[in-house]
Amino acid sequence: MPVSVANSKLIYDALKACDVKIISALPETWLVHLIRMADEDPDMILVRLAKEEEGIGISAGAHLAGVNSALLMQNHGFLAAINPIVSLALLYKVPLLLLISYRGHMGEKDPWQTQGGMATEPILRALNIPTWHLTSPNDVYRRLKDAQTLALASLHPVAVLLSRELMWEE
Amino acid sequence: MLRADALQAIYPELEQRIVVTIMGAVAAELYMLGHRHNFFYLEHSMGLASSMGLGIALAMPEHKVIVLDGDGSLLMNLGTLSTMARYKPGNLLHIVFDNESLLSVGGFPTATSTGTDLAGIARASGIPSVMEAHTPDSLKASVTQALTGNTLTTIIAKVEAIGPKSFHMDLPLLENRFQFKRCLEAMQRQKAQ
Repeated sequence: MPVSVANSKLIYDALKACDVKIISALPETWLVHLIRMADEDPDMILVRLAKEEEGIGISAGAHLAGVNSALLMQNHGFLAAINPIVSLALLYKVPLLLLISYRGHMGEKDPWQTQGGMATEPILRALNIPTWHLTSPNDVYRRLKDAQTLALASLHPVAVLLSRELMWEE
Repeated sequence: MLRADALQAIYPELEQRIVVTIMGAVAAELYMLGHRHNFFYLEHSMGLASSMGLGIALAMPEHKVIVLDGDGSLLMNLGTLSTMARYKPGNLLHIVFDNESLLSVGGFPTATSTGTDLAGIARASGIPSVMEAHTPDSLKASVTQALTGNTLTTIIAKVEAIGPKSFHMDLPLLENRFQFKRCLEAMQRQKAQ
């Protein structure tokens, strides 16, 4: 599977540098290595979810308990989690570090991913969620750190879109 | 049993502990018994009180966390039972008040009124300890038992579909949120000392 191990590792190391202690996730092709790395790390609590909206609750609880967390999801998972993003994270001013694999965007061959791809950024904008694109390995560390910093300072969700260029090698 | 009586019976167990409640009648009735900074009332995001409780329980393994859920809320997020069961935090107690009704929005019957068995779903999801309570005394005994042990527990408490006269709480959402966070931080510090 041509998912980039090296770039997944860069992202994982950046999350560790952000002192992330809890990661919630639902499997997605582009996320397999990241999830495996979290699973193999004895200092990381990986919570495998049934549905992405649970992750918003888990991260809200972790934040109120003073622990940094991150959420790994596909963009369709982000779409599934919109109500709690609005009625928990935005309503209660809860910072979220959303790492979203950006399926259905440029280069997507799977027709079933394309509608979600086209809806992702307009919906992030509608929710006023600041968004970084991760396309270059050189940006990974800085952009994840900056995204977390803004989330914690603004008490607001921040999204990092994991692009095909970064995640998929072909 | 009336939920208000049930809450009163277990209030001494809740008083010093981290509590996350759902919205509506449960929140208002707990608030009326006496608000504490260690109580968080999730006034929206229906279904996620248990997920929040799981997040807190995983982040604060030295502390007991009690979630006050409802049948309507749990039915909206049944996956939470499988996720909680997967990680089995022994410091998490999940109490579900089942009044077979979406009381706060007009009393429409939920699926538990037509036979859906939440205790059965919890057991089949892998929750290691599932109990059912029909009286305030049996609820209190179940809660005490769960808090004494270190096993993830779901208690289904069957209650009547009767709520408080008023749902008013003199506590803005954000005040509750910041109070609660400060309180949890203080509890963490206290435990660390």
